[in-house]
Amino acid sequence: MTSDTTTLERPHPDAAAPLAHPLLEIRGILKAFPGVVALDKVSFQLKAGTVHALMGENGAGKSTLMKIISGIYIPDQGDIFLHGEKITLKSPIDALNRGIAMIHQELNLMPHMTVAENVWITREPQNRFGFVDHKELNRKTAELFAQLSIDIAPDVEIQTLSVASRQMVEIAKAVSYNSDVLIMDEPTSALTETEVAHLFNIIRNLRQQGKGIIYITHKMNELFEIADEFSVFRDGQYIATCASADVTRDDIIRMMVGREIKQMFPKQEVPIGDVVLSVQDLCLEGVFQNITFDIRAGEILGMAGLVGSGRSNVAEALFGVVPATSGTIAINGVGVEIDTPAAALTAGMAFLTEDRKETGCFLSLDIQDNMGAAVLNQNYVNKGFVQSKSLNRDCMEMAQRLRVKTPSMSEVIQNLSGGNQQKVLVGRWLLTHPKILILDEPTRGIDVGAKAEIHKLVSELAGQGVAILMISSEMPEVLGMSDRIMVMHEGRLTGILDRKDADQVSIMELAAK
Amino acid sequence: MNTTSVPKTMHSIAKPTLKLPPEFSIFLVLLGICVFFEAIGWYLNDQSFMFNLERLKIIILQMSVIGIIAIGVNLVIITGGIDLSSGSVVAAAAVVSASLAQVSDFPRAIFPELTNLHVFWPLMAGILVGLIAGALNGSLIAMTGIPPFIATLGLMVAARGFAKWFTGGMPVSMLTDDFAWLGEGGNPVVIFLAIAVVFHIVLRYTRFGKYTYAIGANRQAARVSGINVNRHLIWIYAIAGLLSGIAGTVTAARAISGQSGMGVMYELDAIAAVVIGGTSLVGGVGRITGTVIGVLILGVMTSGFTFIRIDAYYQEMVKGAIIVAAVIADQYRNKKKRV
Repeated sequence: MTSDTTTLERPHPDAAAPLAHPLLEIRGILKAFPGVVALDKVSFQLKAGTVHALMGENGAGKSTLMKIISGIYIPDQGDIFLHGEKITLKSPIDALNRGIAMIHQELNLMPHMTVAENVWITREPQNRFGFVDHKELNRKTAELFAQLSIDIAPDVEIQTLSVASRQMVEIAKAVSYNSDVLIMDEPTSALTETEVAHLFNIIRNLRQQGKGIIYITHKMNELFEIADEFSVFRDGQYIATCASADVTRDDIIRMMVGREIKQMFPKQEVPIGDVVLSVQDLCLEGVFQNITFDIRAGEILGMAGLVGSGRSNVAEALFGVVPATSGTIAINGVGVEIDTPAAALTAGMAFLTEDRKETGCFLSLDIQDNMGAAVLNQNYVNKGFVQSKSLNRDCMEMAQRLRVKTPSMSEVIQNLSGGNQQKVLVGRWLLTHPKILILDEPTRGIDVGAKAEIHKLVSELAGQGVAILMISSEMPEVLGMSDRIMVMHEGRLTGILDRKDADQVSIMELAAK
Repeated sequence: MNTTSVPKTMHSIAKPTLKLPPEFSIFLVLLGICVFFEAIGWYLNDQSFMFNLERLKIIILQMSVIGIIAIGVNLVIITGGIDLSSGSVVAAAAVVSASLAQVSDFPRAIFPELTNLHVFWPLMAGILVGLIAGALNGSLIAMTGIPPFIATLGLMVAARGFAKWFTGGMPVSMLTDDFAWLGEGGNPVVIFLAIAVVFHIVLRYTRFGKYTYAIGANRQAARVSGINVNRHLIWIYAIAGLLSGIAGTVTAARAISGQSGMGVMYELDAIAAVVIGGTSLVGGVGRITGTVIGVLILGVMTSGFTFIRIDAYYQEMVKGAIIVAAVIADQYRNKKKRV
C-alpha cells in the first residue's frame, strides 16, 4: 500500500469540477421474490472517481441490488440513471455494453484457455482469414495489463494461476469493456495480505481514472482503507450513506445490525485440562513437513499463516481427508490411525471445512438432512433405519440453540444465507459431540451477527472441555479467540505463540519468515 | 442477538407447513395424458381408453420390466451417476437364467445335466449375473475414478457380447413351466411393485438412503461427513445390476426364451422414466414414487399411441420429444425456485 501514495494524494479529476449528475443513481428500487421483499424502495448514488462500499449483513439486500445494477434481475419498481440518463437494463450484456461490469465472487474464467483469450472472449481480434489473431490478442492484453500494473503473462493458461491472479484477470476483463462502473463482490475473500495490497493499488488506479467502484465487503478494515463512501443496508432497506472518514467501526456495525454487538470476541477464561490431541512430526509429502503440536481440553489453538502455507492441509490430514504420509496422531495419549474421515469421526474429531459450498453443504438437501449427515455414522440408527424422531428432535434443538433463521427444518439449505448455512454445518458437527473440533475459517463470508454468535459458541465449547483447532486468515479473530497461536509458513510450523505474546506483528513475522 | 432480527426464526419451525409432494406435478402430467387419450379414444374409437381393465393390466405388465430397471437406475442417478449397461445386463441375465431353466427332454440343452431345476436356481443365477455386472461397474467407478458413463458404457458392450457368446446367437428355449410362471399373469407387476416399495422405504427411512442422497448432493462433503463414498457407490451399482438381473430373468420368463438380443435400449427407457419422474441428473434429488409415475407415463404413452393408431415411428419421435420436454420443465421449475 506504499508504492503509489504519491498519486493517491492527488485530488481526483472530478473533485475539482463536480459533475452535475452522479455517475450512477438508482431511485426507489423495489424487488420482491415470493414471500420476501428483497429490496424495499432503496435509493443510492455512486459518484465518479470514488470507491463506494456497500455494507450490510447477509440477506440485507446488497447482492440483490448488485444484480439489478448489473442487469441480472429486473426491478419491480424504480429507476436507474447512468450519467443522469434513465436506462433500462435487460441483461448482464446490456449492462456491460453500457459500461457497468460486475466482478463476481465466484470467478467465471475458463481454466483451459489463456489469460488473453479469457479477457477478450467474444471480442477476439481476427486476421484477414477470419481466424483469431493471437499475436494481436496478446499485445492488447499486455497493453491493458500494463495500464493496470498487473504482472501476468497474457499467454499462460488460467488454470496455472493463483486465485489472486485470476481475480486480477477478471478485473482487467471488466476494465477492457471501458466500463465506468465496476462492481466488486468480496474481492479479497481468498487473497493474502500482499495480494490485497496489490488489488487496492489497482483499485486506486481505477479510481484515479474516474471510474466508480462499488465494493461489497464484510471486512471492516478494508472499508476504512479503500472506500471513500459507504452505504448501509439492512433487511432490504437503505439505512444511510456516509463518508468513511466521518464514522467509526462501531457506528457502522450499529447501523448494519440495528443493535449493539457487545463483544466481538467473547473469549472466556476456562480451565485448561490435559492434552487431548497430540501431533508428532506429521508430514504430507510435498505439502507440509514435521508438524508437531498439542491441544489441551478447553484450549483454543489458533492457526495462522498466509493462504497456501499448508494450514488447511494439516487440518485435512488430521481428519483423514488426505491422510498424512508420516507422523503420529495421539488422542488422550493413545495413538490412532486416521486414514479416512470416518476413522477421525470415530476417534472423536469433527471438522468444519473451509469451503462451505465445495465440501460442506449438501445444497439440494434440506436443513434436517444437512445437519444429520455426520452423526448417522455412530448414532440414531437402528438396524440400518434412521431413528428420525429423536434425530429430528435433536437437530431442531440444535438449530434453535444456534439460532438458525429459517421457516422450517425442511427448507433446502441452498435458500439460506451464508451465515445460516454455516450454523447448520456447525450444528452437524456439534451433534457428534466431538472431543476435538477443527474449524477452518469458521466465519468466512458470513455477517457480523452470525460471526459473533459463532465466536461465542466456540468459546462455550472450549468451556465444556472441547479441544479446538481454529484456522483463520482474520488476524483479529485469531488474536481474539486463541489461547495459543501456531503459525505456518510454506508447509512448516514456524512458531507457537502464547496469547499474551501474540500480536499482529509477531504473527506476521512468523508467517512471512 | 436480541429482538430486532429474529423475526422469522424458531417459533415457526415447529409449525408443519402443508406442502404438496414434488411428485404432484408429474402426477398431473400423467393424469393429463390419460385424459387426452380418453378424449381422443371416444372420438376415434368410440370407447374408453382408461376404463378398460385389460388395457390397464397390459400397460403395467409391459412396463414392469422397465420399472424394475428404473428403480436401480434411479438410485444410481440420485448419486449423480448413470448406468448405461442395464439393457445388456438384462440380456446376459436372461440367457444365463434361461440356460438353467431348460426342460430335461430337450436334447440340445446348454447344460444337459442341469435341467428341470427348481425355479429358484435360474432366478438366483439371473440375479447373480446382474449383481456381478453391477459390482464390476461400481468397483471400476469407485477404484479407478473413471466417469460412470464410460464404465457402464464398457459393460454395456461387454455384457451384450457375453450374452451372444453364451448362446452362440441362438435363443435359449424349451424352458420349464415353473420358470415361465415368473412372467405369467401379474407376477412381473408384483415383483416391480414389491421392489419399488422396498426401495422407497430404503431411500426414505434408512441410513443407506440418506447416504445415497448425500453423495449425490455433494460427494466431497459426504466423504468429510464420514461416509465411505467408494463402498457406498459399489453397493449402489451392484443393486442396480442386481435389479437388471431380476428384470432379465423376468423378461426370459415372459418370453419363455432367453435371447442375446433382449433388452436393447431398455437402459434408455429406464433413464427416461427416472428423469420424467423428477430425478435430477446432477444428483441429490429424486424419489421412487416419481420414478413409478415416470414409468407409468411411458407405458400410457406407448399404449395410448397404439390405441389411437399412431404409427410406431411417430411414437418414438414423440417419446423423444417428451423426454426432453420433461427435463426442460424440470430445469425451469428449479430455476424459478432458486430465484
